[in-house]
Amino acid sequence: MDLNQKQIKLFSTIGPRASFGLYALELLKKNKDLMILTCDVSTSAGLDRFRKQHPENYIDLGISEQNLIGVATGLAREKYKVITTTFAPFQTIRCCEQIKVNLGYMKEKITMVGLASGLVLGNLGYTHTCIEDVGILRSIPNLTIISPADSFETIKAIEKSLTHNETCYIRLTGGSNNPIVYKEDYDFHIGKSIKLADGKDVKIFSCGASVSLALKVNERLANENIKSSVINMHTIKPIDEEAILREATNSKLIVTIEEHNIIGGLGSAVSEVLSKIKNSPKAIKFGINDQYSKSGSYKFLKDHYGLTDEKIVNEIKKNYE
Amino acid sequence: MKNSDIDLKKIEDFSNSLKKIILDMAFEAGSSSSHFGGALSIVDILSVLFSHKMNQKKLGDKEYDKRDRFILSKGHACLAYYAALNKIGLISDKELNSFEKDNSNLAGHPVKNENLGIDFSNGSLGMGLSLGIGLAIASKKRKKNFNVYVVLGDGECNEGSVWEAALAAPKFQLDNLFVIIDKNNFQQTGSNKEILDLGDLQKKWESFGWNTDAVDGHNIKKIKNYFDTKKDNLKPNILIANTIKGKGFDFSENNNEWHHSVMTKSIYEKGLKQIK
Repeated sequence: MDLNQKQIKLFSTIGPRASFGLYALELLKKNKDLMILTCDVSTSAGLDRFRKQHPENYIDLGISEQNLIGVATGLAREKYKVITTTFAPFQTIRCCEQIKVNLGYMKEKITMVGLASGLVLGNLGYTHTCIEDVGILRSIPNLTIISPADSFETIKAIEKSLTHNETCYIRLTGGSNNPIVYKEDYDFHIGKSIKLADGKDVKIFSCGASVSLALKVNERLANENIKSSVINMHTIKPIDEEAILREATNSKLIVTIEEHNIIGGLGSAVSEVLSKIKNSPKAIKFGINDQYSKSGSYKFLKDHYGLTDEKIVNEIKKNYE
Repeated sequence: MKNSDIDLKKIEDFSNSLKKIILDMAFEAGSSSSHFGGALSIVDILSVLFSHKMNQKKLGDKEYDKRDRFILSKGHACLAYYAALNKIGLISDKELNSFEKDNSNLAGHPVKNENLGIDFSNGSLGMGLSLGIGLAIASKKRKKNFNVYVVLGDGECNEGSVWEAALAAPKFQLDNLFVIIDKNNFQQTGSNKEILDLGDLQKKWESFGWNTDAVDGHNIKKIKNYFDTKKDNLKPNILIANTIKGKGFDFSENNNEWHHSVMTKSIYEKGLKQIK
């Protein structure tokens, strides 16, 4: 990946969806067999320019997600590099059985990009938010699940997914003004977490837009003399077991932060690893507490679910003492 | 004998062999039983495709990627599919005997296995046509000129995903896509009419923008003629094959108990006598 500082800055300011659309033009230069398939979402996915400039590599299947995965599978079988994209609930749950049979069971390989997952579309109601996708897909064998921390990581994840050995689901969270986590180029490897802050007492695992929140929590905890690590678990499946086991050793508290139901997501994945350790440290999960609340803005819902640095720090302090 | 008669005789012989293999496999499956009726309704269609129409290659053959593709979307009819693959030499007799046994490659629904000539796993209904569209688009884009054949069940047309695909295929001008609907008028627990009336299937597909035809699904000559006649437009093609569930044996024809049933020794022996 050859990206200059200007591009990195641009991606960081336009949000993950627009970054994906813009970078798709670059991806096609390197991957002549690239096919991008959508379900009437070219604008939402930032793909309008790609659609206009490369009609031979762009297929709009209309609002039919089951057919989307089937057609994508047929093309993948004929050695096309296929990216499918639509809003996260429709990219995952609407066509779940096609994902299971075609991509899990048959192991055909595509990249699925789930737009606006998590809570960012909260004002549209829970048909359009997506707090279940990771839990559902995690139970299907032969799938990789990635939740990038910011726009730049989104680009890196999509590029890596094209040469990965199995289907990747790339879960985009946060809005166009997502806080930037990565200002400079760095090494990204699917399945290998990245430690962003180092502190021995509390270990915070997070993914997606929650990574920037975790960094704020880390700062606040430092002000309270609590030392914490922040680990970007961009890949939720396969989970970086080694990192979790390493961090858990001698730590006092494990914390997970995610925009997902606390059942089935990153918190569950981390707990599954911790359960292998004798006398594992206590683990607390921040996320959506297994409910559909009233709808509201992104900010409102994050506050409702306690996903603010202040609320998380207060909760950590209660559990830490 | 004229050449065309020799061709027909070859297909008929193929069809009779398939019926014998299906009967044997159903008997071998024992108490785990098998989807007998829906396999027999597609025997003549598969015989035309596998012994006459389709360009077939083994994995590793030259021009393997130009072979025609076959998708059994109604995957429960796999007895007929396995039998056809056995007849063309891709599934061995030994492998065939492993049907539905522990650790077998031949489960009660097809599992992708390129060595055996099975391109896709199927069994969850309503998924095969979308796969076929992807293949047919690829054939055109890559200029490989292979055809794609997809067999759907009539009951399978209850699935909404079939109609998503039906709506999409004409957009891509897939004249290399051939769908055959096995219209045997039954599904698992009753007739189509009782469970969910499909109405006029041919009109429905026609209104979706397909070339549509109907044929007696056991008249090998007519099925062969259909596939041998080239259409002169860019529409995808669908053939409504009017078939008889359980075709070939008096105990199973139009008897929906044979949707999925156990083949006892006495019935098996009766069946053996009815094979031509």
